[in-house]
Amino acid sequence: MKKHSFAPRSLLLAGAMLGAFTLSAAAQQPAAAPAAGAAPAAQPLPPGSPLIGRPDNEAAAKLAPVAPPPLPSAPDKLPLAKLKVPAGFNVEVYAAGMANARSLALGDKGTVFVGSRLVDKVYAIVNKDGKRSVKVIASGLYRPNGVAFKDGTLYIAELSKVSKIDKIEDNLDNPPKPTVIYDKLPKDEAHGWKFIAIGPDNKLYVPVGQPGNNVLHDADHGQIRRMNLDGSGAEVYALGVRNSVGFDWNPETKQMYFTDNGRDWLSETVPEDELNRVTKAGEDFGAPFCYQGNIIDQELGWGKNCKDYTAPVGLMGPHTASLGMRFYTGSQFPKGYKNAIFVARHGSWNKSQKQGGDVVVVKLNKDGTAKSMEPFLTGFLEDNKYVGRPVDVMLLKDGSLLVSDDWNGAVYRVSYGKPKVANQ
Amino acid sequence: MHKTIIAALALAALSFSADAETIQERAVACFACHGEHGTSETENTPSLGGQQAPYALIQLFMFREKLRVFEPMNEMAKPMTDDDLRTFSDFIATLPKPTPPTEAGDPARMARGQALAQQNRCNSCHNTDFSGKDNVPRIANQREDYLAKTLAEYKDNSRHGYDATMADVMQTVAKEQIGDLAYYVAHFR
Ligand code: HEC
Ligand code: HEC
Repeated sequence: MKKHSFAPRSLLLAGAMLGAFTLSAAAQQPAAAPAAGAAPAAQPLPPGSPLIGRPDNEAAAKLAPVAPPPLPSAPDKLPLAKLKVPAGFNVEVYAAGMANARSLALGDKGTVFVGSRLVDKVYAIVNKDGKRSVKVIASGLYRPNGVAFKDGTLYIAELSKVSKIDKIEDNLDNPPKPTVIYDKLPKDEAHGWKFIAIGPDNKLYVPVGQPGNNVLHDADHGQIRRMNLDGSGAEVYALGVRNSVGFDWNPETKQMYFTDNGRDWLSETVPEDELNRVTKAGEDFGAPFCYQGNIIDQELGWGKNCKDYTAPVGLMGPHTASLGMRFYTGSQFPKGYKNAIFVARHGSWNKSQKQGGDVVVVKLNKDGTAKSMEPFLTGFLEDNKYVGRPVDVMLLKDGSLLVSDDWNGAVYRVSYGKPKVANQ
Repeated sequence: MHKTIIAALALAALSFSADAETIQERAVACFACHGEHGTSETENTPSLGGQQAPYALIQLFMFREKLRVFEPMNEMAKPMTDDDLRTFSDFIATLPKPTPPTEAGDPARMARGQALAQQNRCNSCHNTDFSGKDNVPRIANQREDYLAKTLAEYKDNSRHGYDATMADVMQTVAKEQIGDLAYYVAHFR
């Protein structure tokens, strides 16, 4: 896992050389000891820097990516009492103690699988004889964010490979090591972690993010691929994807919808994260040239036109980090939720007044575009600080909704109607 | 060789009745490598003084879970409970921060390092005085050899960060620039 190819970055190399050149020039000047405060204006950032676009001011200086605490919260320290749902809904803790709980997948026998990004583990929430417990079913993995389940097999996506464990639910106490099915993936850290899911075409969908905030990249990045369940026949399905960490298929049209995170440091208010719909394989969604369907990127968009790319069907708010999403196909919730999309918004860092950190429900028009977006599960954001951060949403068979929270290492369950203990 | 020393230290520090011992007593094993007053005098070994507690907690957690690999530290952290991790990281933050050098440093190298730090906006996350905040570490006056080593390891990804931040930052910093950056940050006043 040590060797990394940064091959496609001739552009960056050029930037580094430019940097070296200007530096040697600086070094030749009569050298005075640098005094803090009297600093000369900084050189432009090297191309590809994660900080491109960042202004040099006090407000910007306060902003940096937010890291969750490493230790999961004890069940009695979870922010449950602060969480709000619409009238008639209830929220409870489904399971806790899973450091950095991220993506969710449901087994045929009711096991809930939970990936992680900052630790090395995949967890299983096991329901047995009316009791629920958490097991670690795989460890020593590298950023195993993505999980998917089909016909008894669990699929796990690490940073640069996808593997599987057959008959996982029959072997929860002593699961075999995952076997790799696909590893022709770049190893970049930036946007390298993956959400995965299996489509109605029985193919496994695997995103490859852009290798940085706002960068030109080669043909292996900025896309969603699909492949057979044994890893064969991989092809690019969607292009111009900056960093998608959630998708699902419309139960009526069978079209894929995916969330995509907009770039950092353009402004406080734009670009908004996107909700996209793929109508045919090979569509291009614009990144890094065009964002949110109508903003040509300041640096990389010159000579480009947003008309040449597929526009999003919905906008999810600036920097909100819209991640996991699922269509509501259950029957427990009121009629108005039928086939609406629940989206977990992890919440912003690149914004003075934080936004997101909630689960919203997006209702669609007949033509499949977004009609409305309403808050559904809120309360994770308090005094501009996170007390939790939703990552993924998933339906249980009874139609209730699970929500994962990587800040606390927990999963919550939202149900409708008279409060009762979860059972499935 | 390292291993036996570590085992002995770990034993001394952690295994016999942790409750009875104060954190000062337990930290003696750490000081052997990290220096008694927060400032390290051991090659390639970081000073811990004034380090941000949330950052120290993350690193100790990562050593315990083998997410960050350096065998002596993995051994030290292995027997620690969650509460131990918290106690040690809170304690580390109370140690005096390393003092800036009395001499100004080689002006040409300082100028090159400063230009690089400004160009790459190292101060944007680490603070203008490089004191860090929350999960972002204090780097001001850290040992130069350790800074150079760890920056190179972020660049080739042999040191896995907790998240992708530093790997991303180091993509656009050339290998040849690391020396001047480390020199500047170590001598920052
Ligand atoms: C055998 C020497 C040794 C001992 C004993 C030791 N450490 Fe370390 N420690 C190191 C080295 C070397 C590193 C840097 C590893 C690397 O290069 O990645 C380190 C890294 C760390 C870090 C991360 C610092 C940073 O800036 O990232 C922390 C925190 C830490 N040690 C705490 C402790 C504590 C607490 C103890 C005692 C319980 C301890 N260490 C004992 C050698 C030691
Ligand atoms: C976008 C925010 C950000 C920027 C910009 C940034 N850093 Fe960091 N830095 C971090 C974070 C977060 C960590 C902790 C990463 C981890 O978990 O290992 C870190 C860790 C480090 C460490 C490890 C310290 C230790 O004690 O082990 C060094 C050294 C460092 N950064 C130097 C730099 C330099 C030099 C620059 C400019 C070239 C820079 N950083 C720019 C966020 C940033």
